[in-house]
Amino acid sequence: MNKPRPFEGKTYTLGSIEKGEHCCEAVPHFSIRDLSVSYHGEVVLSDVSLDVYKGCITALIGPSGCGKSSFLSVLNRLSDLIPGEHVSGNITFEGQDILTNNIDVRALRTNIGMIFQKPNPFPLSIYKNLLLPLKEHGVRDKKIQAEKIQQALESVGLWDEVKGRLDSSALALSGGQQQRLCIARALILEPSVLLMDEPCSALDPISSGIVEDMIQKLAGKYTIIIVTHNLAQARRIANYAAFFWMQESVGQLIEFGRCQPLFDSPQNSLTAAYVSGAKG
Amino acid sequence: MIDKVFSLCMWAAATVVLCMFSWLIADVLIQGIPALSWEFLSSEPLRSGREGGVLPIIVSTALILVVALGVAVPLGLGGAIWLAEFANKESRLFSVIRMTLDMLAGVPSIVFGLFGYAFFCGFLQLGFSILSGGLTLACMILPILIRTTEAGLAMVPNDWRKAGAALGMRKTTLIIQVLIPYSAPAITAGLLLSIGRATAETAALIFTSGYVDRMPESLSDSGRALSVHIYDLSMNVVGGDKAAYGSALVLIIIVVQINFSANLLSEVWLEKKVARR
Repeated sequence: MNKPRPFEGKTYTLGSIEKGEHCCEAVPHFSIRDLSVSYHGEVVLSDVSLDVYKGCITALIGPSGCGKSSFLSVLNRLSDLIPGEHVSGNITFEGQDILTNNIDVRALRTNIGMIFQKPNPFPLSIYKNLLLPLKEHGVRDKKIQAEKIQQALESVGLWDEVKGRLDSSALALSGGQQQRLCIARALILEPSVLLMDEPCSALDPISSGIVEDMIQKLAGKYTIIIVTHNLAQARRIANYAAFFWMQESVGQLIEFGRCQPLFDSPQNSLTAAYVSGAKG
Repeated sequence: MIDKVFSLCMWAAATVVLCMFSWLIADVLIQGIPALSWEFLSSEPLRSGREGGVLPIIVSTALILVVALGVAVPLGLGGAIWLAEFANKESRLFSVIRMTLDMLAGVPSIVFGLFGYAFFCGFLQLGFSILSGGLTLACMILPILIRTTEAGLAMVPNDWRKAGAALGMRKTTLIIQVLIPYSAPAITAGLLLSIGRATAETAALIFTSGYVDRMPESLSDSGRALSVHIYDLSMNVVGGDKAAYGSALVLIIIVVQINFSANLLSEVWLEKKVARR
């Protein structure tokens, strides 16, 4: 086998998708350059450079522990919560360098929603789960609150299922419903980006299907970056795919490109081995 | 076979504990109930407590407890929240503070008594007073309160902290709206443990709040706590046994009452704040 060759980032900008959904604009929403992440001096992700396009779904694929989730949590600075983590490189988001210290992290996180692997609604009622972030960001008018909450629940297809029991606990919902509630909770702040860290992996196949359909409906309106271990899912929903792999125990971006070609005719032998199921 | 022997041993141990506990309660009930009367609860002790009642002593106990909790609860909650949510858990300071707290929680109460005597009564010139006693008790229960509250907060799943941060929420909002209400049962348990220790305390109080059995007129008066009263009656006063049992029963009733209402309060508050299921 050929010696694996890391992605040499000369062609970050890939342009719009000619075939397929209308959602993609050839405008980079995130421009990531030479991003490296280390914990306590141990490098876990090194030299990642790529552009994430506005309104597109970008899937991050690769085996566990190759730095996909670390990559994701740098994008909304949630990595700040992890002691001992050091991030270097450049990330430009909507014309702003988001890795500098003087950025308003709360505003950034309001604009970049995040969905986690395990649904994590607060131990509050369904209504309060959505009310809490709204109030936190200054929406005081009760009527507007109610409207926004209904809108958010409708946009994730949950309204008809829960409208009669908004005051009951969110923890009593099924896993799939909880995950959709979490997505509604992120959407209610009107972000432009959604980061999703394996949003379907803790769900049963039927719930997973419902959430997947929903993610597809959100494309175009939101820039979505989704980490997934489910290659079939990535293939079904993503416009772009980025393949990460561990090399000498450091996560690296091996190949980045439009989803279809990356799966059908990968440029790198590692990608080929991974997407064909021979490795990983 | 081994399973059977093992479960038998466990049953035996449980039975022994239960029997001892029942015996203790029964003893206090049988000997204490005859002493208990409206007059006992509403009058001042006479002839060193052989006769009369315990009203000033109940009042002193309540005042000491109010001072102790009034100081310890805000400090304890604040300290625990800092330790659990704000402190850098990998720093040296953090582990030193935790270790110190664990050690302080295990220090015999008489040491706290001597400290209180030297610091509050002497250095701060508060003298033998309810204030000195309450503050000494506050020092004594603070480590327990901090560690139980911190443990309660540590039990809250990290998922919600991440969810809150990812929604751009302030840490304070998350702590007040989600973390504290969710860990309220654990915090209440810690509080009750502290109240239990405080009401049972004798050694630390003899040195600080003294044992004057008159009705206290202010916090700077000396006041005798129930536990001190029981100790004095059973050890120093010949013929004080009946009153000692009566006072012990009163103390038990007070502690049970506090337990009951605290649990009820935390449940009611919890119902309003969080919806577990």
